[in-house]
Amino acid sequence: MPGKTHVQTIINGEHVDFLCEPRQSLLECLRDIIGLTGSKEGCNDGNCGACTVEMDGRIVTSCLVLGVEAEGSEIGTIEGVASGSTLHPIQQAFLEGAALQCGICTPGFIVASKSLLEQNPNPTEHEIRFWLANNLCRCTGYDKIIRAVQEAAGRMQEATV
Amino acid sequence: MTTTDYERNVVLSSKTYDVVGTRPVRPDGADKVTGRALYGADFDAAGLLHGKMLRSPHAHARIKSIDTSRAEAMPGVLAVVTGKDLPSAADKVIELGEGSTNLMYLRDNVLANDKALYQGHAIAAVAATSPHEAEEALGLIEVEYEVLPAVLTAPDGMRDDAPLLHENLMTQELGEKTDKHSNVADHFQHSKGDLEAGFAEADVIVEREFDTKTVHQGYIEPHAAVALWNNDGRLHIWCSTQGAFTVRDSMSEILGVPVSQVRVTPMEIGGGFGGKISVYLEPVAAVLSKKSGHPVKMVMSRREVFESTGPTPGSHIKIKMGVTKDGKITAAQAHMAYEAGGFPGSPVGAGAMCVFAVYDTDNVVIDGYDVVVNKAKTAAYRAPGAPNAAFAAEQVVDELARRIGIDPMDFRLKNASKEGTRRADGPVFPRIGCAEVMEAMKNHPHYSAPLEGPNRGRGVGVGFWFNIGFESSCTISVNADGTVTLTEGSTDIGGSRASIAMQAAEVLGIPAESVRPTVVDTDSIGYTAVTGGSRTTYATGWAAHDAAQEVNRQMIERAAKIWEVDAEDLEMEHGVIKHRRDSELQMSFKDVASQLNDTGGPVVGSAALNAGGMGAGGGSFAGSIVDVEVDPDTGKVSVLRFTAVQDAGKAIHPSYVEGQMQGGSVQGIGWALNEEYFMTDDGTMTNSSLLDYRMPTSLDLPMIDTVIVEVPSPSHPFGVRGVGEANIIPPTPAIANAIHNATGERMYKLPMNPGAVMEAIRKQKK
Repeated sequence: MPGKTHVQTIINGEHVDFLCEPRQSLLECLRDIIGLTGSKEGCNDGNCGACTVEMDGRIVTSCLVLGVEAEGSEIGTIEGVASGSTLHPIQQAFLEGAALQCGICTPGFIVASKSLLEQNPNPTEHEIRFWLANNLCRCTGYDKIIRAVQEAAGRMQEATV
Repeated sequence: MTTTDYERNVVLSSKTYDVVGTRPVRPDGADKVTGRALYGADFDAAGLLHGKMLRSPHAHARIKSIDTSRAEAMPGVLAVVTGKDLPSAADKVIELGEGSTNLMYLRDNVLANDKALYQGHAIAAVAATSPHEAEEALGLIEVEYEVLPAVLTAPDGMRDDAPLLHENLMTQELGEKTDKHSNVADHFQHSKGDLEAGFAEADVIVEREFDTKTVHQGYIEPHAAVALWNNDGRLHIWCSTQGAFTVRDSMSEILGVPVSQVRVTPMEIGGGFGGKISVYLEPVAAVLSKKSGHPVKMVMSRREVFESTGPTPGSHIKIKMGVTKDGKITAAQAHMAYEAGGFPGSPVGAGAMCVFAVYDTDNVVIDGYDVVVNKAKTAAYRAPGAPNAAFAAEQVVDELARRIGIDPMDFRLKNASKEGTRRADGPVFPRIGCAEVMEAMKNHPHYSAPLEGPNRGRGVGVGFWFNIGFESSCTISVNADGTVTLTEGSTDIGGSRASIAMQAAEVLGIPAESVRPTVVDTDSIGYTAVTGGSRTTYATGWAAHDAAQEVNRQMIERAAKIWEVDAEDLEMEHGVIKHRRDSELQMSFKDVASQLNDTGGPVVGSAALNAGGMGAGGGSFAGSIVDVEVDPDTGKVSVLRFTAVQDAGKAIHPSYVEGQMQGGSVQGIGWALNEEYFMTDDGTMTNSSLLDYRMPTSLDLPMIDTVIVEVPSPSHPFGVRGVGEANIIPPTPAIANAIHNATGERMYKLPMNPGAVMEAIRKQKK
């Protein structure tokens, strides 16, 4: 069995150290070692987006990042999107707009949507569809997800005015 | 890209409600937007081992020997099992909720016995201390195969010289067992009237042949299960399933243990669409647990999901229909051959019930063939069998309307099924919303909007699917603060906790938020059939309605006790208990709830029911209107505008009804334009990833507009019709009809991908 590597990261604002095997993906480290099971495995080859996390300001599919590559990184997962007991406006809009059915893809969509709205606070429908095209949802047909992101964008802009 | 405003829903139900029809936030919502909800693969236990499955690389092979000794000797490996570790199963049929199965076949599908019948068929399994070690150990298992020729489509499987999958399979012919050995497990026929006379009456007859490919349900969560076979002999399963009781019963049958020894806890489920009814991992994890003495977790890879679960079948369908000049369908005939996969049991039966269900036709003959082929055993997929049938029949209907020069919606309306129409397979429709859905389509502004631009076309399609009834149970306990907790056994795939809790809240006269629903394990609630067959909001909602009525009866008794009056003189309205003759005597649900301990103790209401069989409530009709643009240089079809119309009977939570309609429509769009299993001639799937099996992304689609039609079901207390499935049926023919409208070419094969469309356009140019 290969030896384990000590990895130091900041996850959702907290210092987190863990030991992982070189072959373990960041997704495995988050889920199986650290216990953050909100990021989901749908394909393990970067095509479904259910494991999307933020890594040093970019969104990545965490199944395609090795745990050892996270050394020194700042990582944001679905568990860190709400501020304490207050839901993020995107989470609130997903709830009110019924933008989830089974919910397995929801963490990935919320992390990806948050990153979009941080970079582009007022995206067009096409820009939202383009940005979220790496996240697969099989339940909703995307309609209510797109509308929820539009709704959240509006609320976040109102809040900053 | 522009979005259109939603058209208003068509409300024909006349009752008004306080809670039903509103749009509260779902009770499990916060867990699901914060990552806290625990799905199948998220369950952990002390001492957990990880199991992995060795699968056949061959589509058809005899297993000559399996040597597991090197894998067993590997450090970190605690158990290895093969087909020999499962008891042999009896040749008997068990009911799984959305289709039945033979126990012997189910067992052999879980772990192969002497033959591998498809690439990906489970051969052996390992439990080790980590998933990586288990995977390494699989490489140490030596299997000797005798590779046999494979057969991959229903027409090929039906040939007299086809290689036989099952030496002992004898064709059932029109209900009779025969001694004919073949791959045709069953040939059945439905007929009504006089087909020949019907065709003789017709002025125009159209006969066409269609082929559809194997497609997958495509849920984003792979199958996952944890099994603990405890030291007291009790088996506990935590898994992602559409039916915890179906898993319990399947485990009991496959493993030969009483149901009372099996407890199944359903985890949150990441999509199912029919594909998470049958067990795959659970029995294997159980025997690994028994052998190792540890809990064992098994989670499939995406490749395993594609190659070894689901899919829904490819099919070959011939349709012949006749019509008079004034637009009356006089005769309809179908020949439907569906791939069952490695074991009998394709959804051709349901497909045959649905193929002409939309039309009131006097003379019908439908022949169905269930054909085993060397592909994964098919499973239910949203209205199983019906989309294949509608792709064929709804294109012939479109062609008939054009040939006699009648508007396709007028033609459909003229022939629409109605209350009293008898389907060819026997049942007579009660009150249904077939014509109302068609009217809503015809009257929708989308149907008459101009098609702006070249290479564009519009198409329509209509489909029918059942509400399956079956068993549901529900228990409601009243809390001292006037809220209630509700326990039920229906896995919540798309918001059903909300729709069930709302029906209870309506009866109790309290807000939706005051009902706290929980989906519980098989030891904690009465028997509840699968979340499938569009039955959950219908049947479990009905159980919640009845349990709430029982609570109200007890609450009225308590008020009577407090007031020292006769309970017969009291009534409850909008959550207030009143005396019929003394207006001074009024108490809210909440007030009575605060006095339970002094008036006799807790109030708990339960209900359990069987909401009927396949025909419960009359079922639901759905229609699609679609505009496409066909790129004449590449054959790529873009969906420009899509409107989904469906009869919901009564929409309990309209947002989640719309969600079902939108989701089903988009699965239909994927089926129409992209999705298929690419198979080599020897039966290897070459696109078993989500990159190569291309499901629709957000960028491929417009907004999906919805119109909910409400023609109340005559049997349900709120008039609910299940809406989970019918919406996937009409998109494939609607898109095919739109492509015809844009290009002048008929599409006889699914999927209608750029290559297929280019071929049709080129043929035209020649």
